[in-house]
Amino acid sequence: MKQSTFKILSNKALTSSVHEMTLSGDCSAITAPGQFVNISLPGLYLRRPISVCDCEGTILTLVYKVVGKGSAMMASLPVGTELDLLTGLGNGFALEPDSRKPLLVGGGVGVPPMYKLCKCLLSKGLSPKLVLGFNTSSEIFYEDRFRELGVEVTVTTADGSRGIKGFVTDALPGLDYDFFYACGPVPMLRALSLSSDRGGLVSLEERMACGFGACVGCTHEMTSGPKRICKDGPVFRKEEVIW
Amino acid sequence: MVDLSVNLAGVRLDNPVIPASGTFGFGEEFKDLYDLDILGAISFKGTTVAPRLGNPVPRIAECSSGLINSVGLQNPGLDAVIAEQLPRMRSFFHKPIIANISGFAVEEFVTLAERLSREPQVEIIEVNVSCPNVHGGGMSFGTDPKSAAEVTRSVKQVSARPVFVKLSPNVTDIVAVAKACEEAGADGICLINTLLGMRIDIARRKPVIANKMGGFSGPAVFPVALRMVYQVSKACSIPVMGCGGVASADDVIEMMMAGATAVQVGAANLVNPYACKQIVEDLPKRMESLGIEKLSDIIGIIE
Repeated sequence: MKQSTFKILSNKALTSSVHEMTLSGDCSAITAPGQFVNISLPGLYLRRPISVCDCEGTILTLVYKVVGKGSAMMASLPVGTELDLLTGLGNGFALEPDSRKPLLVGGGVGVPPMYKLCKCLLSKGLSPKLVLGFNTSSEIFYEDRFRELGVEVTVTTADGSRGIKGFVTDALPGLDYDFFYACGPVPMLRALSLSSDRGGLVSLEERMACGFGACVGCTHEMTSGPKRICKDGPVFRKEEVIW
Repeated sequence: MVDLSVNLAGVRLDNPVIPASGTFGFGEEFKDLYDLDILGAISFKGTTVAPRLGNPVPRIAECSSGLINSVGLQNPGLDAVIAEQLPRMRSFFHKPIIANISGFAVEEFVTLAERLSREPQVEIIEVNVSCPNVHGGGMSFGTDPKSAAEVTRSVKQVSARPVFVKLSPNVTDIVAVAKACEEAGADGICLINTLLGMRIDIARRKPVIANKMGGFSGPAVFPVALRMVYQVSKACSIPVMGCGGVASADDVIEMMMAGATAVQVGAANLVNPYACKQIVEDLPKRMESLGIEKLSDIIGIIE
């Protein structure tokens, strides 16, 4: 974990509620895809945890959904604003050593951490397949960004306005994969973990205060005992989660 | 050269800054951030006899200048604390350890104090009387002077170290509870624990916290804590550890002027992991600019 100041380079809307912010600063504490940062915002007491979408050199990309006071404030911040961040939080996705055909599954605002993970897998010479699930076509973001990486992308929408009609699990039957990495709403992660006979890692979320393990506010009971989502997670093996 | 040392019921601290129980674990999450030996002491995570998973999530709610927590005393239990947490803590921390203990019956407090007060480096037992008393109709020990005194007396009988009672502010008369503890033999008082609070998610029409209510802390409670420290330190002759919303060297000085011998820093650690370090570093500078040579000289200077 590292505390440092980042400067906003860009901050724009991708859909009506999802925004992308790029910042420059010291990213040296970010060591794995799926980690998160905890952002101090003016006038708000608790920091806001946001997953890392991408991180290259000193450029950090965060993609976040406006859901409340904190994220609304983030969306309103002008370019040049300096923010105090705790970086390198959480365990992140450890690449499964034996997997040759990885599948990445992102649901809604669970899509962003899949971006850096996808780049990591590509750099290892693997060709990950990707399933992105959204409610409706107007909520889709980053599809083109993933395609630019040269990976096979399947989109599902709950209302059928784009791609396969249904949920991410409806896209699984036609896909050849040996391990999955997933982030998204709990019902999606549960359905995926229980319906897939292959191993997988899931990224969970919870309301937290500190983000680095001190307050134990975000503890979930796992098959392996009580675990802090922020510090012991947010990524867990699917077998570890009590669905 | 300014003097930051204080004497807390016979325990000498290099400075009065102490991370508060429940915001600092057993030091593990902070040990790589800075040298923890710069702290006056550490009050470790509230420990119960049996391991506890704590309350259901969500357990955290944000407030203006503070937060509500409903962790519910999640801890690994007495045996694990003695076998695992304390040895690990002693490997990177070499100053006084304050053992914060919680129980749901007097016998539990007794067991905890008896064993923990004999652990190396544990210099003070801090008795959290904010839990419900299962034999007392679920009312918290700390809200009734008689049961607070009963816990104090029982713990004092077995403790090999000074006993501080950490009081709940959720009472009508904090002085009555403090005086009852003093008369029962307490070596000191720590206050305040969190204020009972609540938030509602108006879109979902549900409390933010699964248990509906929780403990409110952070800078918002500082004036309440300061007032209670002042009242209790004037009414009692035993030392007081001030706690509640402290986030800066100035807050520490203010708490001490109100009557605190040492000062605990809680919620601030969660939003700024370097909070205690910054306070310890800022204190000498603030003392110099305020003309304070010896920090202990200002304890309770407000009439």
